[in-house]
Amino acid sequence: MSIEVRNVTKTFGPFAALRDVSLEVQTGELVALLGPSGSGKTTLLRIIAGLEVPNRGSVFFHGEDATDRRVQERRVGFVFQHYALFRHMTVFENVAFGLRVMRRSVRPAGAEIRQRVHRLLELVQLEWLAERYPTQLSGGQRQRVALARALAVEPKVLLLDEPFGALDAQVRQELRRWLRRLHNEIHVTGVLVTHDQEEALEVADRVVVMNAGRIEQMGTPEDVFHHPANEFVLNFLGHVNVFHGRAEGSKAIFGTLAVDFPDAPPTGSLELRGFVRPHDLELDRTPSADALLEGTIVRIHAAAPQVKIEVLSTAGESIHVESSQERYRAQGWSVGQRVYVRPREIRVFGNGQPARPATPRRTDVVGMSSET
Amino acid sequence: MGARRRRILPGFGLALGFTLLYFGLVVLIPLGGLVLKSSTMSWGQFWGAVTAPRALASYRLTFGAALAGAGINVLFGAIVAWVLVRYDFPLKKLVDALVDLPFALPTAVAGIALTSLYAGNGWIGRWLEPLGIKVAFAPLGVVVALTFIGLPFVVRTVQPVLEDLDAEIEEAAASLGARRWQTIRRVIFPELWPALATGFALALARALGEYGSVVFIAGNIQMKTEITALLIVGKLEQYDYAGATAVAVVMLFASFVLLLTINGLQRWATWRRPAFGD
Amino acid sequence: MASAPAEIAIPPAAARATAEPALVRRVLIGVALVFLGLFLLLPLATVFAQALERGVATYFAALTEPVAWAAIKLTLLTAAIVVPLNTVFGVAAAWAIAKFEFRGKSLLITLIDLPFAVSPVIAGLIYVLLFGMRGWFGPWLGAHDIQIIFAVPGIVLATLFVTCPLVARELIPLMQAQGREDEEAAVVLGARGWQTFWRVTLPNIKWGLLYGVILCNARAMGEFGAVSVVSGHIRGLTNTLTLHVEVLYNEYNFAGAFAVASLLALLSLVTLAARSLVEWKTQRVSAVERVTDEH
Repeated sequence: MSIEVRNVTKTFGPFAALRDVSLEVQTGELVALLGPSGSGKTTLLRIIAGLEVPNRGSVFFHGEDATDRRVQERRVGFVFQHYALFRHMTVFENVAFGLRVMRRSVRPAGAEIRQRVHRLLELVQLEWLAERYPTQLSGGQRQRVALARALAVEPKVLLLDEPFGALDAQVRQELRRWLRRLHNEIHVTGVLVTHDQEEALEVADRVVVMNAGRIEQMGTPEDVFHHPANEFVLNFLGHVNVFHGRAEGSKAIFGTLAVDFPDAPPTGSLELRGFVRPHDLELDRTPSADALLEGTIVRIHAAAPQVKIEVLSTAGESIHVESSQERYRAQGWSVGQRVYVRPREIRVFGNGQPARPATPRRTDVVGMSSET
Repeated sequence: MGARRRRILPGFGLALGFTLLYFGLVVLIPLGGLVLKSSTMSWGQFWGAVTAPRALASYRLTFGAALAGAGINVLFGAIVAWVLVRYDFPLKKLVDALVDLPFALPTAVAGIALTSLYAGNGWIGRWLEPLGIKVAFAPLGVVVALTFIGLPFVVRTVQPVLEDLDAEIEEAAASLGARRWQTIRRVIFPELWPALATGFALALARALGEYGSVVFIAGNIQMKTEITALLIVGKLEQYDYAGATAVAVVMLFASFVLLLTINGLQRWATWRRPAFGD
Repeated sequence: MASAPAEIAIPPAAARATAEPALVRRVLIGVALVFLGLFLLLPLATVFAQALERGVATYFAALTEPVAWAAIKLTLLTAAIVVPLNTVFGVAAAWAIAKFEFRGKSLLITLIDLPFAVSPVIAGLIYVLLFGMRGWFGPWLGAHDIQIIFAVPGIVLATLFVTCPLVARELIPLMQAQGREDEEAAVVLGARGWQTFWRVTLPNIKWGLLYGVILCNARAMGEFGAVSVVSGHIRGLTNTLTLHVEVLYNEYNFAGAFAVASLLALLSLVTLAARSLVEWKTQRVSAVERVTDEH
């Protein structure tokens, strides 16, 4: 079932949680609402569920206006960050709950309920825990029960509110992949709220980046990561280094580096910010025309999949560089060495200007592929 | 543990010593005296005093009225607690504070006030007597007094549990299609049930021994409206120390059984609500 | 660190999607208010209405006549002895229980609740058995011309018994929740026993202690059953305020009885107000602590 949110605004007293937000989710799609605390993502999810009522705007399920429908009537499955399992019921009873409270006319018989519950518990691989109580389970197990419970009533839409937020990093990773596999199997329309950009990029078909009650960008994970629409999205998704420069003529100047900047104003100088991801930075022993600045290596963290090098520029700025293990060993960097920082790709933003990715003009630099 | 246990903070010996000494002198030894006195009686004497018709009538009245009062308090106390925690209305804070009145008000004051209210010419009595409902100087009056006295126990035991209740489980039940009364019955009530049972037991324990608020409204007619506490006082006034002691021991026994039950209920309630730390 | 309101606690009933229908809500509020009005407000109102029924002059006359005065003085005297003693006991017990581990600790905690489980009449009875004319020490006391039962000491003892746990029960959970860290820090810094208590513990427990004292005082002044048994009802000598109320009532002097009762009712209202104040103060403190802890 498809979901459409049209021009939804929601305020809590003086605080505007959502400002004129519109969104479409296709049937069978898994969309992630990604953003920091206070961005309105949870509020939007709860409005879709019917747990909050918008001040303005409407919600459509498969083309039908559902704005005035109560949560009980929306056939949505909701998974909470802290599981919200019924403590005094066994795992089995929890999963069976939605089936047991159905109206008599549509309620399945006892035997069928038992069958459905067991099939669901098999699906989430927790059959062997059916008679236990939630307090006897681990966090990851509890969340799987919560998921099974939500799926038991065959909802048209699955809504997940930071479902892995309360779990350890390891468990989170496992469940993330498991959720993706599950979605591939059952193809239910899903909306996932998270503040973890890694999670959103890994799990979702489409990512909706939100900030302060508005949608900043919508797109596939590749879209938003490699082609961020603005500074906020760029900053939020992954680490990024910021450099300050100015526009002169049709060029953006950062230190000794000059890149094409066709959006430069005809006259005067415009302050610019350049953004470079850590893995897009190269370190050279000798200065070059494409170098951004000069600095000293102050820290090397090699006990990670990518080697992280921290460079302190002569101006006192801290720059983070990421490099593959092979490259690091080949170059032989060490703490205290003087280096020159050169970007492979730099995104330039002026004040109020949309994003413009720019690569330095020199052919040898442009031709270099980004190896990670 | 090492050879000698050393306490880091000072004052343990002094504090515990004083505590035990004081408590022993004021509470334990006098209570022990009661038990000792009862042991000096012959079994026949004891049994005779304890099972005399007058005593049995007083047990029936006291226990029955206490059960009724505690029962009324469970029903209405639950509603009061729900309303105080979940709803808003003018002067709510005042009402909330007033719930503790039976704790703070002297029992004699409560006694004469209730009597005056429910007597034939009282504000309430004048409506009830024509209908044939006699409250003052009748067993019903005892029930009213014991309801008053136990009122805060249920409310104050249920309130914190309601306050701690997670909104999310109600939302989860609603999202699964449960209608409001189904949610209340299947999800909320099981969480409240231990607190309700504890509150009931507390109100019952308090009501069993109550004296001041009952003796004015009851009428104190032997075999009809005489509570056990009054029976003891009567025996004392006639210097029947043995008889008074015997009945007192029965009361104490009942109180202790209740105290243990309450302890057990409280432990059950806390087991049902494990700490949230995952 | 901003936090979205959507992630905070239960919003008011009217706004929630999981609330009862408005009609049900109003009915429940109505039932609750009628119940409370019937059982709490009406009795309270009756006390004052009846006290003033014969006019203000009669009201004050009832309070200032010599026998009433004697009762007031006796009640105040009893409270002045009982409250400090039980406060010291409460503090000592709470200190031992909250700051140390020892065998039998949970037994002690249960024992302290004992006076609550005992009917006030029995509380009086046990002292009569000990010190009454025909009690254990009766002959010895009689020989030395010491009167405990039917005299002030008996009243004090009975009141002591009944109000014994009050301060302790306020302080024990409070001090247990506060833990030992503050005191341990003080000791590490070189503070001695009393210093630690005065400068570290006392400020932490001051509101709970205040409320415990106020409650103990209210119960001490309002005790009826236990003192009724030990007092002998000797007018002008061994009648506390509550006993005086009984005496007046039994003489059908209703206006007088309710006048004296109104004093006690006022005291209970002051106690309730004190409780609200203490709760408000402790909630504010813990709210501040919570906010600063999160950062």
